[in-house]
Amino acid sequence: MIRLLAILLVCAAPLRAMTVQEITTESGITAWLVEEHSIPIVSMDILFRGGASIDLPDKHGATHLMMGLLEEGAGDMDATAYAEAVEALAARFSFDASRDTVSVEATVLREHLGDSMALLRMALVEPNFDQVAFDRVRGQVDSLLRYNARDPGDIAVGQLFSDAFPDHPYGRTVEGTVESIALLTPEDMHIARERALVRSRVFVGVVGDITAEELMILLDNLLGDLPTEGPDLPENVVTQAEPGIRVIDFPSPQSNAYLAHESIPRDHPDYISLYILNHIFGSGYVSRLNQEVREKRGLTYGVGSFLVPFQNASLHIASVASENAKMAEALDVIKAEWERISTEGVTTEELEAAKRYLMGSYALRFDSNQAIASGLAGLQFGGLPIDYINIRNDLVEAVTLDDINRVAREHLHPDRLQIVVVGQPDGLTSE
Amino acid sequence: MKLLTLTALLLATPLTAQQVPVTSFTLSNGMEGIVIEDHRAPIVTHMVWYKVGAADEGPGESGVAHFLEHLMFTATDDIAEGEFSRIIEDLGGNDNAFTSYDYTGYFQTIAVEHLDLMMQLEADRMRDLILNEAAVDIEREVVLAERNQRTDSQPGSLFAEQRNAAQFLNHPYGVPVIGWRHEIEALNLDAALSFYQRYYAPNNAILVVAGDVDPIEVEEMAQRHYGPLTPSDNIPDRVRPQEPPQLSPRRLTLEDPRVSNPYVIRTYLAPERNPGDQERAAALTVLAELLGGNGLTSVLGRKLQIESQVAVSTDAFYSGTNLDPDTFGLVVIPAPGVTLAEAEDAMDAVIAEFLETGPDPEHLERIKTQIHAAEIYAMDDMAGLARRYGIGLTIGLSLDDIAAWPNILAEVSAEDVLAAAREVFNKNNSVTGWLMQEESE
Repeated sequence: MIRLLAILLVCAAPLRAMTVQEITTESGITAWLVEEHSIPIVSMDILFRGGASIDLPDKHGATHLMMGLLEEGAGDMDATAYAEAVEALAARFSFDASRDTVSVEATVLREHLGDSMALLRMALVEPNFDQVAFDRVRGQVDSLLRYNARDPGDIAVGQLFSDAFPDHPYGRTVEGTVESIALLTPEDMHIARERALVRSRVFVGVVGDITAEELMILLDNLLGDLPTEGPDLPENVVTQAEPGIRVIDFPSPQSNAYLAHESIPRDHPDYISLYILNHIFGSGYVSRLNQEVREKRGLTYGVGSFLVPFQNASLHIASVASENAKMAEALDVIKAEWERISTEGVTTEELEAAKRYLMGSYALRFDSNQAIASGLAGLQFGGLPIDYINIRNDLVEAVTLDDINRVAREHLHPDRLQIVVVGQPDGLTSE
Repeated sequence: MKLLTLTALLLATPLTAQQVPVTSFTLSNGMEGIVIEDHRAPIVTHMVWYKVGAADEGPGESGVAHFLEHLMFTATDDIAEGEFSRIIEDLGGNDNAFTSYDYTGYFQTIAVEHLDLMMQLEADRMRDLILNEAAVDIEREVVLAERNQRTDSQPGSLFAEQRNAAQFLNHPYGVPVIGWRHEIEALNLDAALSFYQRYYAPNNAILVVAGDVDPIEVEEMAQRHYGPLTPSDNIPDRVRPQEPPQLSPRRLTLEDPRVSNPYVIRTYLAPERNPGDQERAAALTVLAELLGGNGLTSVLGRKLQIESQVAVSTDAFYSGTNLDPDTFGLVVIPAPGVTLAEAEDAMDAVIAEFLETGPDPEHLERIKTQIHAAEIYAMDDMAGLARRYGIGLTIGLSLDDIAAWPNILAEVSAEDVLAAAREVFNKNNSVTGWLMQEESE
């Protein structure tokens, strides 16, 4: 029996007029679908909650390596035969891992939909993880890790997270370490797959030349044979980093710096207000950080701030790159702005301008089928309602100056900044 | 306004990017306009491309094209300093700009009802830019910071700069787009302004509008905003110093303690896409896909990553989208324990064998399938289509050339690929580079 539970939503202008349907398949998989029949392609984004944060304690990097191996041979095909089959259908698959999720993106031709999905199913359900492919892809990850180890930005971010979350999976890199991946085996890949690709933790967004009925059958075939339940997810955690600066010596004409403190999760009632506040503070051309650090003083090519709402922890982070001789001044300006906005708040003009930008630009996110598909999967992952695309601008509009300024006082903590600088900055040393 | 003539449409195949409605017009002051319709969402991308880039700079003023691109966000007679991007953000739009060897482009993506204002702003700064010394001094620091970030902190970028300089003995493609540091430091208001006055004019510009628009309305709007602008009468012909015969293979090494993965890379001078003459470039495009496309199925990947496992990664690259001759490149990142000399020998052996055997027919067929599919996928990528037209027209191709390209690619034969490979792999035209961590290699 096919059950179609359709929740129909039509978005108001200026958003794209699209209807988001929620479907539930016979085996209980839920997906959000936008039918778009004007181009003969289908785009799909599949997220599984868990990601690198469910790596077993002595298997760091297993989930990431496993995702890289899914397209390296499956069923009776070795890696080359599988890649040739994908090429013959001109299908586009990509597999990735982050701290909280693993993701599968697929864009395929309508004319080859069935064959393309059969190939994708093989990768998800019957990957080979043979020793030859395993050794080769592990070599590629090893090469990537060695590259990251000499990249000042990666060094800084790695240190930031390991200081903030020393006893939590978030303290480790998604890719593992040269040492940890050297100990992994193909058997670990099978275990990682069964832990990560779990039906009860899947979020699916689909856009394209496909109907709801077709999609329901397709999804049951594609995902129906995956394990039903996964391992326990990690506990929530707050940053353990001590306020202050840590300088890591790195030979380069410029330094890279990250500044961070505790923040609030995506489902916190203040999240939208803090998101708008952050826009005024450090996102975009008009933002205070860009104006003060780049436009007025020429201290950098790039400065910005952003919220990082992970599943189990949240940080507010700013980053800047600056010539070694100028990094101390750049950090002073950023810290002073952090202090100023947290105590003085923002002006009505700044709030209204930020609202106009955020509301006006929301539609720009939905400019391609693949972008909409990932938006739909992301909204479900974030626990947001199916009408969120419709109501989101109302939520932005409803925020008041009092809200913003209260949030600035409560959720910005310039006195608690953890700062990591990688480079040879003049006049800066670890505290 | 004319409707593009579409050549040799394949019958009985799905809709492709060639069927996306594309129209064009030319204003009386010489400005060309291209309109690409996509009515799926009420948004628009508005771009102005200038037929000028870093390769048009005079000697000693490297980086001025890119420096001017930054300064275009300063002020005009109508717009106060720093207001340009503020106005666009205030309407929920995103804007940016880019500079290359052959073109400089400015764009905004925004709700379609603001297209008129975007044209007004872009037309205003085409002729009425106002610069002041203080803004120029700060922006020079920003550009130096950009060079720090993108070039001086990246051994791979420094290496590319050195290799390029060796590749082009005479052509300005040998000078980095962002400029040499000592020349950026010397750039000033006068240099930027005289470059601006000479090259920024409607008869040197191409308008590309992609999105939920009506082409007739776009032309009327363009006539209103861009139509009154005075053309420039001193735009030089784009005749750059050309390469003499290259008689000697060049080799260089760059050592940097920040290098994590040493590699060998070789580039050869290669012909580019030219008006009415794109067949060799199409063959080279297919050749790059065959040799370096997917590491699991490409010739280099199969031989060096799968069979001999000499390499962690391999690639072949070629774009052809230059006004003047381009390069065709090969890269091998050796596996641990394999020297760069061994990797280079292995790379040469693969190329030598390919020149004997030619492409595997099934492999060539799969690449053709993907070329065809790319045209279907392109319909979901308006920004990509807008770039295709902007780049094509600024490097001197006609609309017909641009429309014909997918079919020319589709018609490339195994013999064409082999002939192009034999011609391009001429060591005398090549630069071979080793990027190393230390000398012990």
